[in-house]
Amino acid sequence: MCLGVPGKILAIDGLTATVDFFGVKKELRLDIVDEPVTVGDYVLNHVGFAISRIPPEEVQETLALFDQVLELSGAKEDLMAADVRGEIAAGQDVREPSAKAKA
Amino acid sequence: MAAQDLFEQLKFRDPTRARALAAALERNVQAMGREVSVMHVCGSHEQAIARFGLRAVLPQGLNLIMGPGCPVCVTDGPEVDEAVALALQGVRVCTYGDMLRLPGTARSLADAQADGGKVEIVYSVSQAVELARQHPAEQVVFLASGFETTAVATAAVILSGVPENFSVLSVHKYVPAAMELVAASPETKIEGYLAAGHAAIITGWAIFEPFAARTHAPVAVAGFEPLDILAALVKVTELMKEGRPEVANVYPRCVTREGNLPAQRSLWKVFRLRDGRWRGIADVAGGNLDLTPAYAHLDARSRFTIDTAAVRNDDAEEEAKGCICGSIMLGLARPTDCALFGKVCVPESPVGSCMVSSEGQCRIWHTYGGLPDLRKVG
Repeated sequence: MCLGVPGKILAIDGLTATVDFFGVKKELRLDIVDEPVTVGDYVLNHVGFAISRIPPEEVQETLALFDQVLELSGAKEDLMAADVRGEIAAGQDVREPSAKAKA
Repeated sequence: MAAQDLFEQLKFRDPTRARALAAALERNVQAMGREVSVMHVCGSHEQAIARFGLRAVLPQGLNLIMGPGCPVCVTDGPEVDEAVALALQGVRVCTYGDMLRLPGTARSLADAQADGGKVEIVYSVSQAVELARQHPAEQVVFLASGFETTAVATAAVILSGVPENFSVLSVHKYVPAAMELVAASPETKIEGYLAAGHAAIITGWAIFEPFAARTHAPVAVAGFEPLDILAALVKVTELMKEGRPEVANVYPRCVTREGNLPAQRSLWKVFRLRDGRWRGIADVAGGNLDLTPAYAHLDARSRFTIDTAAVRNDDAEEEAKGCICGSIMLGLARPTDCALFGKVCVPESPVGSCMVSSEGQCRIWHTYGGLPDLRKVG
């Protein structure tokens, strides 16, 4: 029962949200979600409860972290790492980096 | 939007990044120049590791071991006996699906169901409350299993108000206690840990700081995509190499330093820590979550006299049959070290708890093939 699954909020009625999980619609309770959510937000579901809002900009932050982890580990000499950095840099051109990623 | 979802997901499965992370991992382990062990304590991590064959890309000299990360697996036989006894005395017992076949000392809830006991599988504790509302003349007990992430859901329904005929039989367990247990064991030589991302969403990552400092073992909080796990391994081996017992949050898109504070407040309003026995392992200090005195009226153990004498048989416990789930959960043995694995003990007729739950290591290895070593294949 531990699997947390991300889904997108389609509608909210009081403390209950209708959430789309890759095409499957389910009702989730919002009692314990960590911050206010609105329609269109992504949330992590755990046993029928939303436990966390997933801010879309933090997906980018995780990818930047992977890059940082690679650099710290001396991956600079690794040709593939150069590809990876190129890819991330390309991604940042089309996406606004999050406030946290800038900091 | 579906295409966008897929795109987001594939970014965390990107083979180019995965190879680069694997190469970085190899450099870290080589730099240490000896065999090192890292433990994760989460069935969902093991599922991802086995399903994506991640052990195949780990460097020689790195052991990635699963610890006691399956709450169903560590639910003790006598705890299941309590639920079986209640079901057989006419109480409607609701629980999560993977608890159904978990053996008590002698029988499971599936056995109780076959004998006419009322046992219902629910996806969420809210459904159990709903069943209590639909059957006001009956007593409905929710057998509440899972780690603190799941206990938060139990706490939330209790705080939002439940009908009088609803009560909780808590077998909830507390993950940090399991890590303490492993670290205190002289046989396990774990030098770094991956912490379960979903539990950390609730508790926050700072909770592991005192543990890392005390045990001199760094902790990396990890998500559940292949790249999340590889990146966390790179990070934790980096900290091991540099002798820095720190906590790294490698799952920042979900986990914060403080965690989900309203959820923590709900959890500790309804539950408190109690020492208790973890199946096949030991008595664990502060390992169980019990209802606080304020909610004792919703505790099935106070509401009912639970007599397990008729369903209990300590001689029938799995250790007696040669099961080594206890050693597997402490990271001292692998499923393939067990003589019963895949022969006598299979998902259809499990002997030990690790073969019952989809989060148990034996079940996961039975499903996904366990330990691929593609280097040997060439």
